[in-house]
Amino acid sequence: MATKNRIEVLKTYKIYIGGQFPRTESGRTYIATNAKGEMIANVCLSSRKDFRDAVGSARGAFGGWSGRSAFNRGQILYRIAEMLEGRKAQFIEELMKQGSSKGNAEAEVNLSIDRLIYYSGWCDKYQQIFSAVNPVASSHFNFSVLEPMGVVAAIAPQGTSLIGLVSIMTPIIAGGNTCVMLASESKPLCAVTFAEVLNSSDLPGGVVNILTGKVSELLPFFADHMDVNATCYCENDAASVKIIKEKAALNVKRVIYYENKKWNTKETQSPYFINDFQEVKTTWHPIENIGGGKAGY
Amino acid sequence: MAAKKVNTIKLKFESARNLAPAPESKSVAKIEERYELFINGKFEKPSSKKYFDTINPANEEKLSSVADANATDVNKAVVAARNAYEKVWKKTSPKERAKYIYRIARMIQERARELAVIETLDGGKPIRESRDFDVPTAANHFFYYAGWADKLEYAFPNRSPQPLGVAGQIIPWNFPLLMAAWKIAPALATGNTIVLKPAETTSLTALKLAEIIQEADLPPGVVNIITGAGSTGAAIVNHPDINKIAFTGSTDVGKIIQKAIAGSNKKATLELGGKAANIIFDDAPLDQAVEGVINGIFFNQGHVCCAGSRLFVQESVYKVVLQKLKDRIESLIVGDPLDKNTDIGAINSKQQLEVINKYLKIGQQEGAEMFQSSCAIPKKGFYCRPTIFTNVAQSNRIAQEEIFGPVLAIQTFRTEDEVIEKANNTPFGLSAGVWTDKGSKIFNMTSKIRAGVIWANTYNKFDPTSPFGGYKESGYGREGGLHGLGAYLKL
Repeated sequence: MATKNRIEVLKTYKIYIGGQFPRTESGRTYIATNAKGEMIANVCLSSRKDFRDAVGSARGAFGGWSGRSAFNRGQILYRIAEMLEGRKAQFIEELMKQGSSKGNAEAEVNLSIDRLIYYSGWCDKYQQIFSAVNPVASSHFNFSVLEPMGVVAAIAPQGTSLIGLVSIMTPIIAGGNTCVMLASESKPLCAVTFAEVLNSSDLPGGVVNILTGKVSELLPFFADHMDVNATCYCENDAASVKIIKEKAALNVKRVIYYENKKWNTKETQSPYFINDFQEVKTTWHPIENIGGGKAGY
Repeated sequence: MAAKKVNTIKLKFESARNLAPAPESKSVAKIEERYELFINGKFEKPSSKKYFDTINPANEEKLSSVADANATDVNKAVVAARNAYEKVWKKTSPKERAKYIYRIARMIQERARELAVIETLDGGKPIRESRDFDVPTAANHFFYYAGWADKLEYAFPNRSPQPLGVAGQIIPWNFPLLMAAWKIAPALATGNTIVLKPAETTSLTALKLAEIIQEADLPPGVVNIITGAGSTGAAIVNHPDINKIAFTGSTDVGKIIQKAIAGSNKKATLELGGKAANIIFDDAPLDQAVEGVINGIFFNQGHVCCAGSRLFVQESVYKVVLQKLKDRIESLIVGDPLDKNTDIGAINSKQQLEVINKYLKIGQQEGAEMFQSSCAIPKKGFYCRPTIFTNVAQSNRIAQEEIFGPVLAIQTFRTEDEVIEKANNTPFGLSAGVWTDKGSKIFNMTSKIRAGVIWANTYNKFDPTSPFGGYKESGYGREGGLHGLGAYLKL
C-alpha cells in the first residue's frame, strides 16, 4: 500500500549491449533534465569503447538474426509491441517527465506500438514487393532478392524520446539487420526503458544495442568503424552529415540520411524504410533445355 | 584399395595453337585522326587545346588523338546538360524519351561490326568477345531501358518517381562501350541528362556512341561525352551543378569519390573492385566447372571487376581439377585480339601490365607456386600469359587484392562452413561462383556468401534485366534490371 512517507526507488538508467545492461565502461554519466532544467536522472555517457563493444555484439548476433525466418522476425516484432503495450503507463510517465503533455505522451506511445505492429506485418512481405525474377535472354533462371546490409549504426532522431528511436530501429531489424542505436541526447529515458521492453521480447541479445551519450562525441565513431556496414542519421546538421559521409568512405559504408522527416506522421512508415537497409543479391542458375533439340544440320 | 589406373596420355597443345590466322578486317573501322569533345550536340575543340594519344595495346601503334577536357570543358558540358534538362528533356514525354533510346539501340546494332572492331583495336580484347558480347549486350541494354521510360510508376509501388537532374558518369576501360550503355541507358530512361567520361585508354567507342547519339537526333546537351584522365573525372565529381555521380572503377578511387561528395547532396552509385570466390565442390561436373573457372578468370584478360580470381577447390578433387585446369590453360590461344581464334588478347595498357607483373612477383615472393601457359606471346604489345598460383595462403596479397589480370589464386577447403568463411573473408563483395550438383547446397552457399551477384554452375553471365552491383567495399547501388532504375530517381 502506498504511503506518503514511502521512499521511491529510483531507477538507474544503464545502457544495453548484447542483451545485458552494463554501465558505461568509462564510468561517466551526464544529467538528463526536464524542460525546466531540473535533474531527472543520471544517464550513462557512453564511450568509444562502449560503441565498439556494441558493434561486436551486433556483429555476433547478425548471422543468427538474419538467418531467422521472416515469419519468426515478424512474431518477435509483434512481441515487442505487446510488451510495450503492457508498459504504456511507464513510458507516458517518462515522456511527461521529459516535457510532453499527457495527451502527446499517450499519442507517442500508441503510435510507437502501432508502428511496431505495422513493421511486424512487413517482415514477411517486403521481399515480395522488392524482389524480382529477371527474364534474362539466355537459358538461365535469374532472380534478385533482398538481404540485410549487416550491422547498422544509427543515431536516433534527437527530437523525440521514443517514436524516433522506434521508427528507425524497427525497419532496420525487420529487414534482418542488427544495430547499435544512440538515444536522443536530451531525452534519453525512454530509450533505456525501451531496452527493457526489448529484453523481455524474445529478441536475441545483440540484435539491438542502445547507448546513451553525446552525439557530438560518438558520431565520428558511428561513421568510421570498419565493421559497420551502414550509418543512419536524421538531423538537419550539414556539418555532421559531412563528417559521417566522409568517414563512411573508409570502408564504403552506406549512409542512410533522413532529412526533415516528421517521425510522428504516417509518411515516416513504409516498406521503403526497410528497403533503405537492404542489399540486392542476384543469383544465376542454368536451365537445361531437355528435349529442345530443334537444331537442324 | 586397388591402385587407380593413371591416364598417361599426354595432351599435345601445338596443334590447337597452330590454327591458321583468321583476322577480322580492320577496313570497317573508320577512326578519325583526332577526336573532339561531344558537348551540346556538337563536336567541340577542348579549351585546354590539349590532346592525348590513344594506342592499340596489341601492337603499341597510335590509333588516334583524343581531346583532353579540363575544368572549363567540364563546366561547359554540365551547363549544356543542365539546360537540356530544364528546357527540353524534363518536358519530353516519357513515351518520346523511350523512342530516342530505342533509336540508339537500333543504331548500335546496325553499326555492330564497326564498333566491335574499334573496341578490340582500342582496348585489346579478343574480337570474339567484343563481337559476341560487348556490342550486342550494349545494344540490348539500351533496348531494355528504353521500354522502362514510360512505365516507371509500375516499378515503385505507391511512389511517383522523379528524375534527379544532371548525372555525371565515369566509366572504366575494361568494357568501354558496354559500361557507357550501362550508365547512359537507365539515366535517359529515367529522364536525367548526362555528362559521361570514358577511360583515357579507351575513349574511341564512347566517341562513336556520341556520333550515334548525334545521328539519333537526341536533343543537344541531353548526352555529353567528354574525354580525359583522372583530373577530368575529378572536375565532374566536384562540379556543384551535378546531382548524381555514377562511377565504375577501382575501390580506391571509389572511396575518394565518396569522400569528395560528402559535403554535397549528390547521390552516388559506385561499382568498384572485387575478389570473387569461385568454389568447386567434389560433386560438381568437373569439366564444366573447369570451363567455368577458365571463363571466370580469363574472360577479357581478367580485366573484370567480378572475375573469379580466387578459386576454392574441395580437397578430394583438388589434384584432378588442377591437372584439368593446367591442360585447359595450355590450350588457350594468346595473341592478336583481332584474330577470331584468340582466347586471350592484349592487356589494356602498359601501366596495367606493370601492375599484373608486380603481383606475379609478389605471389612468388610470398611463397605461392606459379604456373603459366608455355605459349609464345607477341613481341610487341602488352601481353600476359594465363597464370595460376597454387599453395596460396588466405593472407597472401594475391588472395586479398584485386589484380585485374589473367591471374588465378587457388586454395583448397574441406567443408562448406570452411569455404563460406574463407570466401567471405575479404573486404570485397561483388560476386561469387558455386559449382556443385546438389541444389540444396547451392542455395546454402548462395544465401551465405555476402556478394551482390552469384553464379551457380555458371560464371560471368550478364543481362540487361539482371541487377549487378556489390556488397561491402565493392560499392553500392545496382545497375541493370528494375533495381537499376532506382539509382537515377527521387522516390
